[in-house]
Amino acid sequence: MTARQPLPVASAEGLVKRFGAGPAALDQVSIAIRPWQMTGLVGPDGAGKTTLIRILAGLMTADAGTLDILGGAPIDALEDIGYMPQRFGLYEDLSVLENLTLYAELRALPKAEHDATFDRLLTFTDLKRFQSRPAGKLSGGMKQKLGLACALVRTPKLLLLDEPGVGVDPISRRELWSMVSDLTEEGIGVLWSTAYLDEAENCDIVYLLNDGKLLFEGPPEALTDGIEGRVIKVTDFDDNRRHVLTRALDRSDVIDGTLQGRAVRLLVKEGCAPPDRTVLNEGEQTRVSQASARFEDGFIDILGGGPTGTSQLAQNYREIPVSDAPAISANGLTKKFGDFTAAEDMNFTVGRGQIFGLLGPNGAGKSTCFKMLCGLLTPTSGTGAVAGKDIRRAAAHARSSLGYMAQKFSLYGDLSVAQNLAFFAGVYNLGGAAAKAAIGQMTELFNLGDRLNVNAGTLPLGFKQRLALACAVMHQPPVLFLDEPTSGVDPVARREFWTHINGLVEKGVTVLVTTHFMDEAEYCDSVTLIYRARQIASGSPDDLKAEAARITGAGDPTMEDAFIALIERSEQSNAPGLAA
Amino acid sequence: MVRDPATILIVLVLPLILLFLFGYAVSLDASRTRVAVVLEDSSEPALSLALAYQNSRYFEVTMARTVEPVRDLMVDGKARGIIVIPQGFGRQIQTGRAAIQIITDGSQPNTANFVAAYSNGVLTNWTALRQLEAPVAGAPMSPLQIAPRYWYNPALKSRFFLVPGSIAIVMAMIGTLLTALVVAREWERGTMESLMATPMRMTEFIASKVVPYFLLGLGSMVLCSLTAVFLFGVPFRGSVIALIAMSAAYLMPALGMGLFISAATKNQFVASQIALLSSFLPSFLLSGFLFEISSMPKPIQIITYLVPARYLIPSLQTVFLAGDFWGLFWPNIAIMLGFGFGFFLLSFRMTKRSLD
Amino acid sequence: MERLRAIILKEIWALLRDPKGRIILFAPPLLQLMIFSFATTLDVNNARIGILDQSGGAQAQELVQRIAASSNFGEIQRLSSHDGLARAIDRQEIIAAVVFEPGFDRALAAGKPATLGIILDGRRSNAAQIVAGYISNIASDAAAQRSGGSGPVSGIVTNWYNPSLDYIWFTLPSLIAIVSAVAGLSVTAQSVARERELGTFDQLMVSPLRMHEILIGKMIPPWLVGMLNGTIFLAVATLFFHVPFTGSLLLFYLSLAVYMFALIGVGMFVSAASTTQQQAFLGSFLAMVPLILLSGYASPIENMPDWLQMVTLINPARYFVVIVQGLFLKAMPLDLVLEQLWPLCLIAIATLSISAWLFRARME
Repeated sequence: MTARQPLPVASAEGLVKRFGAGPAALDQVSIAIRPWQMTGLVGPDGAGKTTLIRILAGLMTADAGTLDILGGAPIDALEDIGYMPQRFGLYEDLSVLENLTLYAELRALPKAEHDATFDRLLTFTDLKRFQSRPAGKLSGGMKQKLGLACALVRTPKLLLLDEPGVGVDPISRRELWSMVSDLTEEGIGVLWSTAYLDEAENCDIVYLLNDGKLLFEGPPEALTDGIEGRVIKVTDFDDNRRHVLTRALDRSDVIDGTLQGRAVRLLVKEGCAPPDRTVLNEGEQTRVSQASARFEDGFIDILGGGPTGTSQLAQNYREIPVSDAPAISANGLTKKFGDFTAAEDMNFTVGRGQIFGLLGPNGAGKSTCFKMLCGLLTPTSGTGAVAGKDIRRAAAHARSSLGYMAQKFSLYGDLSVAQNLAFFAGVYNLGGAAAKAAIGQMTELFNLGDRLNVNAGTLPLGFKQRLALACAVMHQPPVLFLDEPTSGVDPVARREFWTHINGLVEKGVTVLVTTHFMDEAEYCDSVTLIYRARQIASGSPDDLKAEAARITGAGDPTMEDAFIALIERSEQSNAPGLAA
Repeated sequence: MVRDPATILIVLVLPLILLFLFGYAVSLDASRTRVAVVLEDSSEPALSLALAYQNSRYFEVTMARTVEPVRDLMVDGKARGIIVIPQGFGRQIQTGRAAIQIITDGSQPNTANFVAAYSNGVLTNWTALRQLEAPVAGAPMSPLQIAPRYWYNPALKSRFFLVPGSIAIVMAMIGTLLTALVVAREWERGTMESLMATPMRMTEFIASKVVPYFLLGLGSMVLCSLTAVFLFGVPFRGSVIALIAMSAAYLMPALGMGLFISAATKNQFVASQIALLSSFLPSFLLSGFLFEISSMPKPIQIITYLVPARYLIPSLQTVFLAGDFWGLFWPNIAIMLGFGFGFFLLSFRMTKRSLD
Repeated sequence: MERLRAIILKEIWALLRDPKGRIILFAPPLLQLMIFSFATTLDVNNARIGILDQSGGAQAQELVQRIAASSNFGEIQRLSSHDGLARAIDRQEIIAAVVFEPGFDRALAAGKPATLGIILDGRRSNAAQIVAGYISNIASDAAAQRSGGSGPVSGIVTNWYNPSLDYIWFTLPSLIAIVSAVAGLSVTAQSVARERELGTFDQLMVSPLRMHEILIGKMIPPWLVGMLNGTIFLAVATLFFHVPFTGSLLLFYLSLAVYMFALIGVGMFVSAASTTQQQAFLGSFLAMVPLILLSGYASPIENMPDWLQMVTLINPARYFVVIVQGLFLKAMPLDLVLEQLWPLCLIAIATLSISAWLFRARME
């Protein structure tokens, strides 16, 4: 057996799957998973990844197409398939060891091998210390590792992982990735499904799904090679970086652009020459350099590029008046639940028209901090203010000057789009004509006209995000709180979202955001990294990257590298005995 | 499973609450009905009759001279009946043509019936006693004596049939409601998906879900039976084997229904609503537990044939109060097993190894 | 005002559009109307009884015919022996058997006392007692006719408020208390828990809605549902089933309003205490069972032991059942309604304040 092109352990041709009427969830999808390889299945939420994995695992049958799993139907190969569903399939009330025992018995692992196997898996996943803890009490990263261990009680030939990285911080994701890579070295064929496009770059073979259709298959380089030379990085311009990005995106030869610290990264339209300093006209000092293409650039290119730079929403927004007080401030905010300190001594101020990011692993305290500022939690000590209003004494006033977008775009799923809009208009005291005008404007700006009577719960994710944003900004608040505002949506929808936010910021709106996407942290003017309930680093994204570069000695780290480096440093300084 | 508050609630708290309520709260025995005796006459026979009412163990008597003041007691339910011993009663009785008026509170027909029956009973006894002491001329003694005998429950305690009946309801709750909930939760949390991706066979899978709740159901049945016998003093005249056999047979349709509901809904909330409407309420109302099936309109009587508890409750009442009558048990057990088989078949089809 | 209007409207939309909400809203009341009004009767009709006639005389024959003619009994089973009688009762083929001893006719003809035996199935003691009552009435009527008059003292029974003791006259009014309780309680119990589970609760808390606005917004729709249910059942009871309504309509709605508030307080308490819809469902179920069984509807309160009668004093349904029964059948005057209404008000104030307190306390 050669390492290069071994026979696939699983292959499918022309799979089609429909759920009721409407477009197919999978439309003529073919895939091959080979041993010794990490096969990536990439795409935004709702692209059809889970459906494909379930068909491969024998949990669903396709409407059309052929399937060959280890030389037969999935049902005959169950013993050799390891499967980890999205929510890890753990029994939350059972302990780590009980979960393993359960899956060992289900997979008919001989009793004699139990202890040795568990020992190996617990060492492998570093869960030995927690073996008697109930699975429900584990952190997200640990649950994930346990889920993986359960899928591995009998070494499978095919390992199917459905979004193992979702909702988990970069450190845990990297650890899991390296564990799974070790498995491919043993000759297991692995399918790793993910919505994080940067994970795709590390796979051997990538299948890119969007709306049930296969957009790309092959090694990731094949995609990025195609756009090599079309990605440029613009630095040292005179104006504000957001203005530069907006102007660049409005150009016809630029199809996509993102912020990266002080730099602006642009994707040039196919066939056009990359614009140089004179063409961009952003000042004498402007430097334009080639940048390496990323998988996401390739994806956007296939989709035909992102939105233009000017936000209609922002253009219709009021100008937020300048004031002396900071828009958001936290002074020693602390929250304790019993003896457990969830957030300790949070200090920062955010000026008008700034984007401030709260970063950190799950459970580190960033949502506690976020919730204290928007009035969902009362701080144990310390003070905070939003738009100059104290969050304790003038809670209701503070609340009326902020717009809030909840995680997973929590809208009223059983209410129609129009009813959601009407409700939020009323809640923010817009009555009669004002409400009507605001609803009409939002409907038009976000293109919701066709869907006004549709239940919000049935909207595609991208539209949910738009509606959530519409509900949050309808009353034109001076401050926006965004909790994981782009998780799961496709990159084009993410671009569109940030275009609006950038535009609003220019009108003086202040934004507080939490995010898992490290590249999105680059949009922030400053960020604070929260770990174990404390702020371990603060500053602009470039400051943090520079600090990380000093720690590791490596040049030009990404935001994710910086995140990991800073957390590791904090671990070491806290290390033995002092750990919280 | 044991750590889950919903499970503890359904397995322990709800059954005990139900049992206690049926043991203490729901009593159909009109043992202390409050009535008013209006004594308009003050002759010796009138006083003697009033005394007979006061001494009756069925009544708690309020005395009055006229009807007016006790009218309000009837309106707000503080009295369920008025017995009027009219003016001239003493005179009339000499002529052998006396009558008293028994007024009942018709807004509660069941109680009204009892008040009428017991008042007449007191009256009859009193008449008989007086005739023994001083026979009244011209008044023939009633030649027809009625001698009712209540088998199995001579003291006529409704608790004796309500408590065993509530065991059936408790088992319906554990078998259907809890099973539906717990299995629906597995669908919700995605553990079902992992289980299906293992090489486990369908039968093993169903068995693994059914056996624990089967045992739990039997366990709570035993607990309830012990409570019934030792706390509420319900006699147990049959055999333990018969009790277990019929309970086991009943748990089959209950569990099968729970599995079926969870597989069909895959959602805890909807599953519990449906379990409540399709299992708890029917076993409560349409099983003959509280209400006589033969008194219901025909279409509803037909529906009761589809309620598995209908077949268990008579057997349960029999095994507690009467003894082993296999002639009654066998057909019921067979029907329950049949229902169980049907539901399992349905859940098999619903739970096919597939998420489609 | 704008905010309050918005949240009340939203809650009503949520009730009407959520398919699960609709289940709670419409299925139980309809089912209850169906089942309760027809099936839940403690009356005994069509009872199956057996006859063991060992006398074979004309007197016994006549009595059997009278029994067979009664609408209270269904088919009459002829039994031939005591063994057959025992078997029929054991298998619950019949609920009672009338036994004519061999000397029955001869004794009667001789003017001597004769005994009519009735064997009843005590496993169903309630129905059995009623059957015994029916049979002895028929027997004494027959005896009275034969002797040309009744005994020296007769009891003339008059049933006030419901002369023919129609069971449905009792069921339907009480049902208003039960159904509006079930709907009001479960709708309220779901309201907060559902938003918590869906994650929209944070959204509400972050909006400028004040605490009392959220509370009021969440309580008005279930209150309306309760009032609507009450009205529907009032209409059905009076128009369709012709149950007389003799009291004041104003008092009816006043009491129903207070009663609903008391229940909504309970529902809100359950909702604020639970984090999932599941818990809310079990919680409201847990509250509902004693609420109904201790209301005086399932069985009279005076039959309960004293300590349990004390417990019923905090049950809002206890008071409302008395009021509806009074207003429907007994033309209950104002002072007597008020006597029941003030404890109901106290309970409503208590449940509403406790639930508001818990709602605030559970904010975090």
